[in-house]
Amino acid sequence: MIIGLDVGGTHTDAVLLSTKGIEKIVKVPTDPTNLFNSVLAGFTQLLDTTDPGEIQRVVISTTLTTNALVQQEMGPIGMIVSAGPGIDPKLFSTGDHYYTVAGSINHRGREKAPVNEMEIEDIAQRLKKAGVAYVGVVSKFSVRNPSHEILIKRILNKHFKKVFLGHHVSGNLNFPRRIATTHLNAAVFDLHKAFFEAVKNSLAEKGLTLPIQILKADGGTMSLESSMDFPAQTILSGPAASIMGAIPYAPADQDVIVLDIGGTTTDIAFLVNKAPLLEPLGIQRGQYKSLIRSLRTDSKGIGGDSALRVIDGKLTIGPDRKGPAMAFGGPGPTPTDALVVLGLMDEGDSQKARAGIHEIAGQLNLSDMDAADHIFKKCCTIILKKTFEMIDELNSQPVYTVHDFLEGYKLSPQKILLLGGPAKFFADKIEEMYQIDTMAVPNASVANAIGAALARTTCEVSLIADTEQGIVTAHEEDFAEPISKTYSEDDLIETAYTLLKEKALNSGADSENMEEVEVVEFQKFNIVRNFSPRGKIYRTKIQLKPGLIKGFETILHQI
Amino acid sequence: MLKALNKTGLVFFPAFDWAIDPTHPEREERLLYTQDQVLEEGVFDIPGIVEYKPDLATIHDIQRTHFCVPDEKSVTTQSHLISAGGAMAIANAVMNKEIKSGFALVRPPGHHAMRVSHGGRGFCHINMEAIMVEYIRTQFGVKKIAIIDTDCHHGDGTNDIFWHDPDVLFISLHQDGRTMYPGTGFPGELGGPNAKGSNLNIPLPPGTSTEGYLYVIRNCVLPILAEFAPDIVVNSAGQDNHYTDPLTNMNFSAQGYAHLTAMLKPDIAVLEGGYAIEGALPYVNLGIILAMAGLDYSGVIEPDYNPEKLKQSVSITDKIKKTTDQINAYWQQRHQLREQAGKPGELIVRHREVFYDTDNIFERQKEKIWICRDCGGSFEIDSKATPGHHVLGVHIPINACKACQEKGYDFFEKADKTKYERIYLQDRPKDRYEIK
Repeated sequence: MIIGLDVGGTHTDAVLLSTKGIEKIVKVPTDPTNLFNSVLAGFTQLLDTTDPGEIQRVVISTTLTTNALVQQEMGPIGMIVSAGPGIDPKLFSTGDHYYTVAGSINHRGREKAPVNEMEIEDIAQRLKKAGVAYVGVVSKFSVRNPSHEILIKRILNKHFKKVFLGHHVSGNLNFPRRIATTHLNAAVFDLHKAFFEAVKNSLAEKGLTLPIQILKADGGTMSLESSMDFPAQTILSGPAASIMGAIPYAPADQDVIVLDIGGTTTDIAFLVNKAPLLEPLGIQRGQYKSLIRSLRTDSKGIGGDSALRVIDGKLTIGPDRKGPAMAFGGPGPTPTDALVVLGLMDEGDSQKARAGIHEIAGQLNLSDMDAADHIFKKCCTIILKKTFEMIDELNSQPVYTVHDFLEGYKLSPQKILLLGGPAKFFADKIEEMYQIDTMAVPNASVANAIGAALARTTCEVSLIADTEQGIVTAHEEDFAEPISKTYSEDDLIETAYTLLKEKALNSGADSENMEEVEVVEFQKFNIVRNFSPRGKIYRTKIQLKPGLIKGFETILHQI
Repeated sequence: MLKALNKTGLVFFPAFDWAIDPTHPEREERLLYTQDQVLEEGVFDIPGIVEYKPDLATIHDIQRTHFCVPDEKSVTTQSHLISAGGAMAIANAVMNKEIKSGFALVRPPGHHAMRVSHGGRGFCHINMEAIMVEYIRTQFGVKKIAIIDTDCHHGDGTNDIFWHDPDVLFISLHQDGRTMYPGTGFPGELGGPNAKGSNLNIPLPPGTSTEGYLYVIRNCVLPILAEFAPDIVVNSAGQDNHYTDPLTNMNFSAQGYAHLTAMLKPDIAVLEGGYAIEGALPYVNLGIILAMAGLDYSGVIEPDYNPEKLKQSVSITDKIKKTTDQINAYWQQRHQLREQAGKPGELIVRHREVFYDTDNIFERQKEKIWICRDCGGSFEIDSKATPGHHVLGVHIPINACKACQEKGYDFFEKADKTKYERIYLQDRPKDRYEIK
């Protein structure tokens, strides 16, 4: 049996699954001031009738990192950054204890200016005096040559608890994001470590001693051990959990829209042949941009509890939430009240709901029923409009080859899967309004926990082979090897597969769930100088795709 | 916090799967390191910088500008259509006021492609800026446009296309034609009889540095632009004046290009040449982008930059000053020069020879144009290529007066079908292209 547990903003959801189906569902309120208690309560209730010895897998998703980032509850972190030519690196400051230092690496990984070791020693002393325990080190183009980061780390090691290096967070180019991501890893490390060690010990006391898996923002899992180097990857795992929970119901070979309709917001994501679309670089939310691999989601400030208003004779919905629906004792009318008035929803106080909708109806000069229907339709319109905008945006993304320009993949979804509390009421209406096959996912209210339980381990490796310089590298994996002039595309792909497999096993993947490997990117260039070929550059990126572990999906389908 | 002062659009189309041939300088790898630099700097994350996908130029878009012989398909590849479409995408965004200005970093280049195109010359088959300019004029009704070509080679293609057009001011700054391909672009080349002075060619001596280059911009280009008062300024942004470029002999720098952009303030920049793909392009392109966006570019300096070594000699400075004075004088005399070039109603004939170095074609042209004081005047070009075709192209300019429109049709109707393989009519006022 397997366990998935997702700590959400209001509820902590946990499920126990067996090859027969869902064995048990637990929902406990989340205590935002003590997430550990919420996790523990979930496990205690889940395990009170089950023998821990029968559990084969545990996956946990929490809002720990997200909360820490939002509330800025992070200890002082030292950052040492070297840049070279380009935009002033001071503009990417992460706050106090941010130092820009000498040293420069260019786009092909060649050293252009050395590190000044005395300068680093001096900064180390100052950081120590300031009480800094964790330091991040990032140099521009370190994914092409990490030697400066490694050298600086050697100097710092003896002074600090842990030093985080930029080239380890991602194989992607983006210096400002590398700085932000390295900083976040360093900043949430203490919190993450303390939290999960406590969880691990408590579960061990309950007799659960198997390795714990942690859900990442890309909808995949990693082992607790590997999460210690990259705790930032657990950020926004909640929305990812829900989207993964929709996958069992997505048809193969089709594009699918996933809408997670919550109280305040609706999350929008896409599946292509049962695999979720990923952000090209990493999570971004407003100003915050990172290299953390993530599902491509966007959210719209509309949900079951959105505030309803009439402004200049026109209905507006959200983006704020004042409280629950009036039917559930809230202060003002919401879309949920409209569902109650329309007779779609049986729960709640229908008189209070009607009173709220009546107020809106009066301002719109409509009957209560017509007003409720108008509200309901408008909710669907707003959500779908945002969804179609996202599809347009995805389909107009720039491409860099003639081939991709002419034959690039165009997303054209033929099905919508709905998640979240009010999902089941919306399915028929959306289908009627937009003529798209729409379905509410069964057990939608715990799809997040199911998604966490079933998510398989994911990872990605990026490689560059440069036959002119005679080297193949995957610096994110601390890998570099000499190569000959005759090194080929096939050699590179073979090396990439070997590295990916190794990384997956280290991240806790089991060998039977490691087949879904995909070449995300492959580029090949002749290096030409003075009209003569000097060598070749090959670049590739391959990934173990987000998806579900084998053996459980078909059972869920029969529910 | 980093934020663009001017909303800036970028089209980045490096055509990573297209080359003229495997070891040609115009190759797949050309913008690879530029892309690396731009991505590593996080340029697309800066608020106020927007990346656009290129449009695909249509056959009709090309037909506004070129007589492609025998037809558009034979002269172009898909990459050309995307490159031209990239410039058009930026033009659309600027004209629709989505952005203040934009930069199309596209391949292949186009500024050596002339109105008649039998094939490739100077790595160019069709002219991206010219196609974009004609699109802007037709789509948005813009009257006056200036094109400043800062590629190290004379922009002879663009020069040819707007040779007779008084409404397009074309200024090319380039290494002296006596020392550099295509061997043209001397101060006396001022445009056709109806448009004298609306083409200005400013040759610069080999070894010109940032100082000399910016002197010309400050003392010649900017004052002339202020007087011409164009609605749109286009920059053909070649990057081969750089001190490390393998094909040229100039001493310009990334800082210089960024300054130039900040001074010129082009609405639209389109990439042209530049083949120092590792040591120059990543820094030059970054400098141009930051300057357009109104961001600090003072840190964009090549790792091996040494201004002392790049200083220009006193004799070069003197030569540049003399050329500048001469160009300014021509500009002031442009109205008299047009008067002297011919009388209204007169038909002026010009013979010329064009060599297509990329495709090894030799072309002879005989051009006839009516002198007109009211518009650019209709003209016909008799063009015979070896190897290739013998054709006639008739052009009626977009702002043609009624009489010249009739004269254009007269050229077309009187053309002898037995003499030419094809006869083309480019009717810009009606936005039509006919073949007989």
